[in-house]
Amino acid sequence: MLKVRVIPTLLWKQFGLVKGVGFDSWRRVGPVLPTIKVYNQREVDELVLVDILAHLGDDVPDFVSIDEFGQDCFVPLTVGGGITRIQQVQRLLRAGADKVAINTAAYARPELVTEIASQHGAQCVVASIDVRMQDGGWTCFSHAGKQATGREVVAWARELQDRGAGEILITSIERDGSMQGYDLPLIEALVRALNIPVIASGGAGNYQHMVEAVTQAGASAIAAASIFHFTEQTPAGAKAALAAAGVPVRQAFVAEGGC
Amino acid sequence: MKVGVIDYGVGNLGSVLRSLEELRVAPVLVNRAADMHATDCLILPGVGNFADCARLLDDGGWTTALRDEVQGYSRPLLGVCVGMQLLADSSTEGSEDGQETPGLGFIPGQVKHLRSLGCTQRVPHVGWNGITRGRRDDHLFQGIPDGTDFYFVHSYAFEPQFSEDVLATTDYGVLITAAVRRGHVWGTQFHPEKSSRAGFRLLRNFIEGPAC
Repeated sequence: MLKVRVIPTLLWKQFGLVKGVGFDSWRRVGPVLPTIKVYNQREVDELVLVDILAHLGDDVPDFVSIDEFGQDCFVPLTVGGGITRIQQVQRLLRAGADKVAINTAAYARPELVTEIASQHGAQCVVASIDVRMQDGGWTCFSHAGKQATGREVVAWARELQDRGAGEILITSIERDGSMQGYDLPLIEALVRALNIPVIASGGAGNYQHMVEAVTQAGASAIAAASIFHFTEQTPAGAKAALAAAGVPVRQAFVAEGGC
Repeated sequence: MKVGVIDYGVGNLGSVLRSLEELRVAPVLVNRAADMHATDCLILPGVGNFADCARLLDDGGWTTALRDEVQGYSRPLLGVCVGMQLLADSSTEGSEDGQETPGLGFIPGQVKHLRSLGCTQRVPHVGWNGITRGRRDDHLFQGIPDGTDFYFVHSYAFEPQFSEDVLATTDYGVLITAAVRRGHVWGTQFHPEKSSRAGFRLLRNFIEGPAC
């Protein structure tokens, strides 16, 4: 049976990891590489690493750093931030990424999703969508939550799926860093509208929030940052809580017959 | 022990190489078909589109050279993900005119879309899923109990012609081939290099196996 994944999200800004509230008020969290090593030793299910300033630059992404981060990562690694061209995807995969997250660039040129999917497979493209509640609906924002795109989330997610996205990473900007729980109606709307996996993001403050995202909203995976950075709660604890609620999660590997 | 990782222009070779280094094996990145001959065993990675990978194998002279090494010289081979699918006779992926794309033909069978195999769940099949061994006489899963989770990410799956070639399956609404073996050719649909400790164990089993 396929397991529900618990995915720490690592937001990377210049020289270290940060975490904000509502895509703002960034706090320093720590260095990138040791964090990846620790998560790797603890056998997390997967990691998402996003360079939150990359959409501003010209010569992005930072391939040298990503190559270094990939060195010690033996679980799947999704890399996002500043990806606008298919050639960059090739280099990122070469550097150690397994999947790429596409967000801002998809609004300007949705064909990018199609290009990556046809060259590297749908499983390689995570379409990341950041939304805010506006006028009773969910509106998509680009440029790390700064620019309104005028796109409605369900229609946009469907388009990304049709263009070849393999997964949708959905983040509620208002819930981000709030630790008040995921936006369950938002996640459920996408889960119902799509037939690719949906990763819930934004708002996890305790294990029960994660359980709800799966059992009530139907998420295939849950991403979280603040809860792991700023509280005593851990991915392993999250999985124990999910398991106790009857959600299938991956258990750490124990070899048969010792050794 | 010289473990050759075939670099034919696709995929995330970095994580395969680093997994082997973690096992204290010095892997050899093989980027010329002729260099395969100097290895003890081979790993064929692959991500993305079957037809693209098959074309790169053809264009680089790998298809013929692999047949020589594997069938002529009995060089042990492990295909990973699309690298496993390439072991098949053919795939329906990437063919716009309905024609099937030929594979290496080391293990008889076809690669088909999960939907056409009857899967009604979300596709791609992404994430950790438990395996069940079909055969217990094989060393590839030695020490790896049934139910162990490996990392899968794929939309197509290998359907071998002969059930005895299926080493392990995984359940995603329908039973999907998780690993195959025919003689000294193995393949895993999942990514051992991304499956943490369980993956290290499987790679070690391949390298230390009697064939290598």
